[in-house]
Amino acid sequence: MNAPAVQFGHIRSIYTQHAKEAEVKRTADRSYSAGVKEYRETYWEPAYQFKDTDILACFKITPQAGVDREEAAAAVAAESSTGTWTTVWTDLLTDLEYYKGRAYRIEDVPGDASCFYAFIAYPIDLFEEGSVVNVFTSLVGNVFGFKAIRALRLEDVRFPIAYVKTCGGPPHGIQVERDIMNKYGRPLLGCTIKPKLGLSAKNYGRAVYECLRGGLDFTKDDENVNSQPFMRWRDRFAFVAEAVKKAQAETGERKGHYLNVTAPTPEEMYKRAEFAKSLDMPIIMHDFLTGGFCANTGLANWCRENRMLLHIHRAMHAVIDRDRHHGIHFRVLTKALRLSGGDHLHTGTVVGKLEGDRQSTLGWIDLLREKYVKEDRSRGIFFDQDWGSMPGAFAVASGGIHVWHVPALLSIFGDDAVFQFGGGTLGHPWGNAAGAAANRTALEACVEARNQGRNVDKEGKDILIAASKSSPELKAAMETWKEIKFEFDTVDKLDVARA
Amino acid sequence: MRAVGHRPTNEAQTIMSEIQDYRSRLSDPASRRFETFSYLPPMSEAQIRRQVEYIVGKGWNAAVEHTEPENMAGSYWYMWKLPMFGETSVDRILAEAEACRRAHPAHHVRLVGYDKYKQTQGTAMVVFRGNTV
Repeated sequence: MNAPAVQFGHIRSIYTQHAKEAEVKRTADRSYSAGVKEYRETYWEPAYQFKDTDILACFKITPQAGVDREEAAAAVAAESSTGTWTTVWTDLLTDLEYYKGRAYRIEDVPGDASCFYAFIAYPIDLFEEGSVVNVFTSLVGNVFGFKAIRALRLEDVRFPIAYVKTCGGPPHGIQVERDIMNKYGRPLLGCTIKPKLGLSAKNYGRAVYECLRGGLDFTKDDENVNSQPFMRWRDRFAFVAEAVKKAQAETGERKGHYLNVTAPTPEEMYKRAEFAKSLDMPIIMHDFLTGGFCANTGLANWCRENRMLLHIHRAMHAVIDRDRHHGIHFRVLTKALRLSGGDHLHTGTVVGKLEGDRQSTLGWIDLLREKYVKEDRSRGIFFDQDWGSMPGAFAVASGGIHVWHVPALLSIFGDDAVFQFGGGTLGHPWGNAAGAAANRTALEACVEARNQGRNVDKEGKDILIAASKSSPELKAAMETWKEIKFEFDTVDKLDVARA
Repeated sequence: MRAVGHRPTNEAQTIMSEIQDYRSRLSDPASRRFETFSYLPPMSEAQIRRQVEYIVGKGWNAAVEHTEPENMAGSYWYMWKLPMFGETSVDRILAEAEACRRAHPAHHVRLVGYDKYKQTQGTAMVVFRGNTV
């Protein structure tokens, strides 16, 4: 009963010699010969000229001791494409030369001898059209548990324009959202309602109303607010809708609240989305990693069909992207989201309480927003990426930010971003509305100064102090938060040689 | 005499006593805002000039629009002539905005910078605030 397992259950090293002999024989007569052969014979092709239609990946590989670079790179190419650990007779029923992934380049990692970069090209036909799910099932599937490598990180992926064109992308994108929300010439402002858990629906709606009437464009459900016993989603949606509508009537400006439709099942998710639409709300939100790429892509399609904006949160990303040697870099998750669909994506702030190296962040916000992004190793970008006509999405800077951060945020992110406060609005000593007015005044003062050609990064303090003279709310905010900084070194740094 | 380390006043109470209400009302037209720059005091002539310079410097096409205050919520305000395609004279753009205001003194007047490459408005701001309702 266990005979086949016994027959194939040998470790690679024992069979290497046998495999070489078998390969020679196989090449000679094209007949089938069972066994295990070295990956490099099939999957390492340094002379390969990649095609415009290939999906390209850059992995950072930390091999086990004694495994050389070419073999490790070839193994990753094999295991993430057509290969398995042993030869199978059905290999001969297809054209593996056409379908296989190829490792085509190896590079040193600056400043780190324990690992190296391997570049791998995959033919486009390996992947179902428009399926982020399928691409990642291959690229970051079983290969990440492969024993011959100690650690593996997907650093970047080049999606060919031919593949980009098969994906829906952001339901609306930056330009259409600006037109829908009537917000031009400045970043947008948001606030995540706190405490994140425990408020009743009516009290929660109160917090939303106060923020919006004070001058914010959006408020947001915290990511872990779904439909708990203390606040069921239907009640939350209904009270929030009343808050949004009153704040709009009061200020004459367009407002929204990211109604979180992340749910236990897709059926439940769509039910919540439909209810948000029936309340005439402009935007909903989803957690694309915990909810999953499948749910996210479906929801993005629904949003496009129903003229609903889609805000994307990224809970679980740090589990995947923070380790320098293992996992998936956030720039890749950014690309995955842009293909799957979302009009906003949290990108970190550089200046707040959460992790994010400045150069690296500039790299992935370009990948989120721009039409064409050139290779730039100083920002961690390994490939040219052409997005064609796919819309860009707003970068959301969220986490531990307050009015004193606004000049730096404007200088880092420019206009196509949402500055998402939490405590930085709600913690204002006079309440949410005053906190919101302080945020908005600070932002507008900085935008006006920037437009005048002033350096807001350097002159930020003067700009804010001048603006606070006509805004007691801003003055109080500046006094409340003047000492709060988050100056810790980032864990996930760009790979650069260190002296 | 107080013991060393005793705080002379309760900080929370001090702040509470200074709390200012943020005033906005459905019934109060002064609560209405006009999107970008409407949380700053109305711009002076010199400030408006700087923003026109910004629009021209960006290579955007300036345009002037206006509306009755009661209709400000819509996407489409009335165009004051056509957008000034290719106009780089800050003075001429300012003159059109001023002419619009003189013709419609009770209206909100906004300045738009059309970015034809992004197919959206690079910026838009109300430069003259009419009689809010």
